Amino acid sequence: MAAACGRALLAPLGGRMRACPRAPLRSLTAAAPLYDVVVSGGGMVGSAMAAALGHDIHFHDKKIALLEAGPRKEYHLPESYSNRVSSISPGSATFLSSFGAWDHVCSLRCKPFRRMQVWDACSEAIITFEKDDLDDMGYIVENDVVMSALTKQLDAVADRVEVFYGSRAVGYTWPLPSHSCDTSPWVQIELADGRRLQTKLLIGADGHNSAVRKEAEIQNIEHQYDQSAVVATLHLSEATDNNVAWQRFLPTGPIALLPLSDTASSLVWSTSHQHASKLLTMDKESFVDSINSAFWSNVNHSDFIDAAGAMFRSALSLLKPSGTGVRQLPPSVAEVDPESRAVFPLGMGHAAQYVRHRVALIGDAAHRVHPLAGQGVNLGFGDIACLAHHLSAAAFNGQDLGSLKHLLRFETERQRHNVSLIAAIDLLKRLYSTNLSPLVLLRTWGLQATNALPPIKVRFFLCTRAIEEFLQ
Amino acid sequence: MKNVFSHHISGISFMTWLSLLRVTTRRLLSTSQSSVDPKELRKFQFLAHSWWDEQGEYSALHSMNDIRVPFIRDTVLNMGSTYQQGSPLSGIKILDVGCGGGLLSEPLGRLGASVTGIDPLEENIRVADQHKSFDPVLAKRIQYKCSSLEDIVEESVEMFDVIVASEVVEHVADLEMFIKCCCQVLKPAGSLFITTINKTQLSYILGIVVAEKIAGIVPEGAHDWEKFVPPEELERLLEANGFSVKTVNGMLYNPLTGSWSWIESTSINYALHAVKSGGQAPTSQTEPLSEMESEQCSATAGTSV
Repeated sequence: MAAACGRALLAPLGGRMRACPRAPLRSLTAAAPLYDVVVSGGGMVGSAMAAALGHDIHFHDKKIALLEAGPRKEYHLPESYSNRVSSISPGSATFLSSFGAWDHVCSLRCKPFRRMQVWDACSEAIITFEKDDLDDMGYIVENDVVMSALTKQLDAVADRVEVFYGSRAVGYTWPLPSHSCDTSPWVQIELADGRRLQTKLLIGADGHNSAVRKEAEIQNIEHQYDQSAVVATLHLSEATDNNVAWQRFLPTGPIALLPLSDTASSLVWSTSHQHASKLLTMDKESFVDSINSAFWSNVNHSDFIDAAGAMFRSALSLLKPSGTGVRQLPPSVAEVDPESRAVFPLGMGHAAQYVRHRVALIGDAAHRVHPLAGQGVNLGFGDIACLAHHLSAAAFNGQDLGSLKHLLRFETERQRHNVSLIAAIDLLKRLYSTNLSPLVLLRTWGLQATNALPPIKVRFFLCTRAIEEFLQ
Repeated sequence: MKNVFSHHISGISFMTWLSLLRVTTRRLLSTSQSSVDPKELRKFQFLAHSWWDEQGEYSALHSMNDIRVPFIRDTVLNMGSTYQQGSPLSGIKILDVGCGGGLLSEPLGRLGASVTGIDPLEENIRVADQHKSFDPVLAKRIQYKCSSLEDIVEESVEMFDVIVASEVVEHVADLEMFIKCCCQVLKPAGSLFITTINKTQLSYILGIVVAEKIAGIVPEGAHDWEKFVPPEELERLLEANGFSVKTVNGMLYNPLTGSWSWIESTSINYALHAVKSGGQAPTSQTEPLSEMESEQCSATAGTSV
C-alpha cells in the first residue's frame, strides 16, 4: 500500500536527487575537513555571499569556506578610475549595508546618479527615469572598490569564513540522495593542489562558465550575442553636475555614459564585433569623435519616423499634458584615459535549474544578461539576499543546510523574478538592434507612451526595487 | 480453633505472600517492557531503513520538524534567560524519547543542545548512530541508547532540562507510568513536549483511513486508534502527576503540499507543552498566540547584524 497521491506529488524531486555518475568516496572522507557552506568563486557575488553568511547571527557557530582561484589583492585607491564599473541599485546598496560593506564603498568612492535618460538613435523618442523624492536612483561603483569593501568585511569574520586564495576546484563528487551505509552524505571537493574539502552545501558563484553548473550537469540555455562591449574611462569637456546616466540605442547597439565624478564618466558601448575591434585600435582623437557623434548625431533619423513620432507626442500631450518630460543634453567627451580601453564579448544565459541536492547557483553562474539595463550584478546581489534569508531561517530551525526543501524555495522565488527580467532585457536588445521602420515606429511610440504614462514606467522600474522590498 | 484459624490465616498469608512475590518479581522483571508494547516494536522493525529517506515512509515526520523544532526552540528560549548567538539551545540537556532514526534529535543538536535519544528498537538506534556519525559536531552533541524510558530512570534522576516525546505516547502501553518516569528524569521546572494524535472520529477518518490506507502518508498499521490519547485525558494525567500544562496547540498536515501548520482545533494532531511543578518558576509566562507570532518572526530575524 506504499505509493499514493501524497508521495507521487513529491516525485518531481526525484530528478533533482539523482546522483551524477561518480562513485562516492569511502575511507578517504574521514580526513577531509567538513564545512557547512563552501562558496566556489571569489568575485563580487561569491565574496558577498560568503560575507553575508559570515555576518549572519544564525551562522555564528558554522564553518564557511570561500574558494578563489586568484591571489589575494591588497587594494589601494588609485588616482585614475578603473574601466570596469557596475551600476548598483538602491536595493543592492541596502543589501551591502546589511553586513557593513556599503560604508567601505562610500568611504572609498562611488557616484550616485539621480536621473537616467534613455533615447533612440532613430527617432526623437526619449524616456527619463527619476525618483520623485530626488533620492539617488543608483550608484556607479568601480568593481575593484566593491571587491575591496567585501574583502574587508570577510576579514572581519575570519574566524567563521576561511578564504582559500589561489585555490581552484578541479573535481566535485556528489552524494547519493538518501544515503546508505558507508557513503558520505556530503559534497566532496578536490582542489588543484590535492587538498580535499567536504561540505553540506556547495554554492556556485563561479561566473557564466560555471564549473559547478557543468559538473552538476545542470542544463544551461545560452546564446552568444553578436556584440562585444567596449569599456573606457572618459574625461568630459567641462565639469558638470554629473548625476545623470545616459544611454542611447544605436542600431548597432546601446552606448552608455555612466558618471564617475564631475569630470569623468565610464563608457559602456555594446556594438558589433568588428566595430568593437576598430574602436579598440583607433587613435584617441577618432575614438572620442566616435563617441560624441554616437550621442549627438541624427544621421539615423528618417522624416517619416520623425513626423509619426511628433504626431504621437502631440496626441499624448492631449491626454497627459505634463507627460513627456524634459530632454537634457548629454555631456560631450574631451579625452579618453590611456590604457583604459578594453573589450569583452556579450552573451545571454540562464540555467534551467538553480539548485540541486546540496548545490545552489547564484549570480552569473545562474543567469547572464546584456549590460544594457545595468542589472547584471544587481540580479546577483538579489540572489544572495534571497538565499541568505532562506539559509538563515534553515539554520535557526536546525535544518540540514543542503536540504532541497529550502533550496527549492530560493529557486522558485528567484526564477520568478529573474526570468521575466532576463526575457525583457533580451527582447529590448533585439528590438533596438534594427533600423527597420515598422520596428522603429513601434519602439518609438512604445517609449513615448511609457515615458508619458507613470504606471507602466513605475512597473518597468520596480524590478530593480525587488531587492529593497525583499529586505524589508 | 483460634490456632487452626491462625494457622490457616498464616497459611493463606504465606501463599498470598508467595504469589505476591511471584507477581512482583514478574512485574520487576518485566518493568523494562511495561511501557513498551512488543506489538508496536514489530511494526517499526521493517521500516528502520527508511528513516532518512525524505520522500519515503517518514516524509510527514521530516516535514513535521518545520513546526515542532521552532515550537520547542521558542518555548525554551522564552523560558530561559541566556541566548548564545548561533546556538539557541546551547547548554540545554534534552531527552528525546522514542527518537526513532534521530529525525528530531539532529535538528535539536544542531541548535546547540546536548541530546540523549532513546528508543527500544535496536535497528532504529543503529540507523540513528550511523546517520549522525558523518557530522563531527552532531556526533559529539547527541548520544543514542537502545533503551526504554523506565530503564534509564535510576541513572538519570532530574538530569534533563527538556523531554521531548513526539509521536510516541500513542504507542505506549502504560501512559501514566510513562508520565511518572518523565517527571522523575526532569529537572524541577523542566519542560515536557508531547506531540500526538487525538482520539476522535475525525482522527479515525483522516489519521487512519486516509493517512494509512488511502494516501500512504503513514505506514499502514502504524497506528491503533484505540491507543490515541485525547488532550483532555493527557492533561488530566499530567496534572495528576506533577506537571502543569502550559500550551496545547492543534496541528494539521496538508498532504498536497506535504507541510504542517498550526490550527485552532486539536481534533486530529496536537502538540502540548507542560512544565514540571516545583523548583524555580520560569522567567516569563507566554501565551500560545504570542509563541506562534514569535516563531514566525524568529525565522526572519536572522538577517540583522
